[in-house]
Amino acid sequence: MRSDRNTSAPLGLKIAAGLGLAFLHLPILLIFLYAFTTEEKSYQFPPPGYTLKWFAVTWNRPDVWEAMGLSVRVASISTAVALVLGTLCAAAVSRTKFFGRETISLLVILPIALPGIITGIALRSAFSFAEIPFSFWTIVLGHATFCVVVVYNNAVARFRRVSGSLIEASMDLGADSFQTFRYVILPNIGTALLAGGMLAFALSFDEVIVTTFTAGQQSTLPIWMLEELVRPRQRPVTNVVAMVVVLVTFLPILGAYYLTRDGDQVAGAGK
Amino acid sequence: MSIVADTSILARREGTSGRLSDFFWRNPKILLLLMLTPPLLWLGIIYLGSLFALLLQSFFSIDDFSGLINYEFTLATYRQLLIPSNFDIILRTVLMAALVTLASAAIAFPIAYYAARYAKGKWKVVFYLGVMLPLWSSYLVKVYAWKLILAKEGIVTWFFAKLHLSWLLDAWLSLPVVGGSSLSISYTGTFIVFIYVWMPFMILPIQAALERVPGNLIEASADLGGHPAQTFRHVLFPLALPGIIAGSIFTFSLTLGDYIIPQIIGSSRLFIGQAVYAQQGTAGNIPLAAAFSVVPIVIMGLYLWMAKRQGAFDAL
Repeated sequence: MRSDRNTSAPLGLKIAAGLGLAFLHLPILLIFLYAFTTEEKSYQFPPPGYTLKWFAVTWNRPDVWEAMGLSVRVASISTAVALVLGTLCAAAVSRTKFFGRETISLLVILPIALPGIITGIALRSAFSFAEIPFSFWTIVLGHATFCVVVVYNNAVARFRRVSGSLIEASMDLGADSFQTFRYVILPNIGTALLAGGMLAFALSFDEVIVTTFTAGQQSTLPIWMLEELVRPRQRPVTNVVAMVVVLVTFLPILGAYYLTRDGDQVAGAGK
Repeated sequence: MSIVADTSILARREGTSGRLSDFFWRNPKILLLLMLTPPLLWLGIIYLGSLFALLLQSFFSIDDFSGLINYEFTLATYRQLLIPSNFDIILRTVLMAALVTLASAAIAFPIAYYAARYAKGKWKVVFYLGVMLPLWSSYLVKVYAWKLILAKEGIVTWFFAKLHLSWLLDAWLSLPVVGGSSLSISYTGTFIVFIYVWMPFMILPIQAALERVPGNLIEASADLGGHPAQTFRHVLFPLALPGIIAGSIFTFSLTLGDYIIPQIIGSSRLFIGQAVYAQQGTAGNIPLAAAFSVVPIVIMGLYLWMAKRQGAFDAL
């Protein structure tokens, strides 16, 4: 006889798990509350009053828009580069067994396995060594490097599930490699790539540690926020920006989840 | 007979793309090479190249009088790491990373266990997104949220005052080492924020490891008279260990290299990341900064090697 599998969890476990999740979410909810506070000079809790005027103030701030624009452009280009490189790498690693295969997966993971500051300072000293001036492209160079792994993780998991016989069948039926790629492989891995791309975008949009080393005088949105954190000058505007950033980054995460939920849960298993 | 053979094997394809396609099918190694070249060039040149350039710099030294880099091979810069003030930085960072990792594992385990064993259907999704959203939401926003929370006039002080427990908070802050004039400039604050920011990375690997533990193994342990604590100690924990180690790679490495959290929330004493940042920036001592950044590389190298031996990579 089989014992009942649907026994409910012990109370202690329920409480511990619930408290853990609350610990993860309450601070983010607090950001939403503070975006409406009337207090300008401190982080007083509870807020003395509520207002919407900081949204209008933030809307009319050119520096916020400029930083936002730069972040979006950097994230778009980095994501595009990462999509190409990550997919190629995943295809090669999952299709065939070859010497050095493990080394390649390690190489892809290394930029996020090592602390970001190392990637940052390594790139910076390489730039100064090669006398490359800081520009839009130096930021992209850094971002694309660690975005590859996110695309790679998603793509590799999907490639494992796409059976090899499907590709052989397509070739047997007379399709050439390019047609097979276009009509068989791409539809199968499409959602995984989209999910990986969205996560790569979110990762790049939010990156600050490497960016401080590769941006020079340019200011992406995270760098703008970092300056406000170190030397708070515009607390109310920062509150609003923080809330907007939370909302903006939630979208790609939810999107990536819905695109990969039927498959192995890999979307961003580890940044 | 020959007609059958002729028609059953397709003719060679015409046109450039057709011929190219046939060529790749016959020479998969060349296709593999073509696929691997772009990513390997990118990662190899940009990433590994920069890393090696950095490593190389750590073997140079800085001239104390002129402040210029002396391009001669020397181990003097590494010797500087051992002087007490620098060595303290390394110890402090490693200790903090270890404590953060242990605390993260303790907080993450119940969440992962509940999600793996008890959450079904809708709740499974709630747990998954409940972990993913904080994990992926903006790093700086999370740090900022804690600046709001831990500030002297913030919610923690208010909460303790409402419970008439302000004396407890004050007593904690008056302790040496962990205390400070307010939570946002104490080690306690740094510790909490580190856990908050890096703990989500621990949950998913543990959950993945626990999902592979068959439920009847737990039941068998209970049937054989195992107390829940014994079951945990002898069955669940050993099976979850590869997942915990896999998660600890993230919490440990990320804490080791962070320079923003201790700068914003913490006392003025430096962590490795801050030391690297200060040496390469204001001090202009690139060799020492490079030597400092070799420390986390070596520690993580050892850590990854041990993790691999424990089979942690299968749990990633």
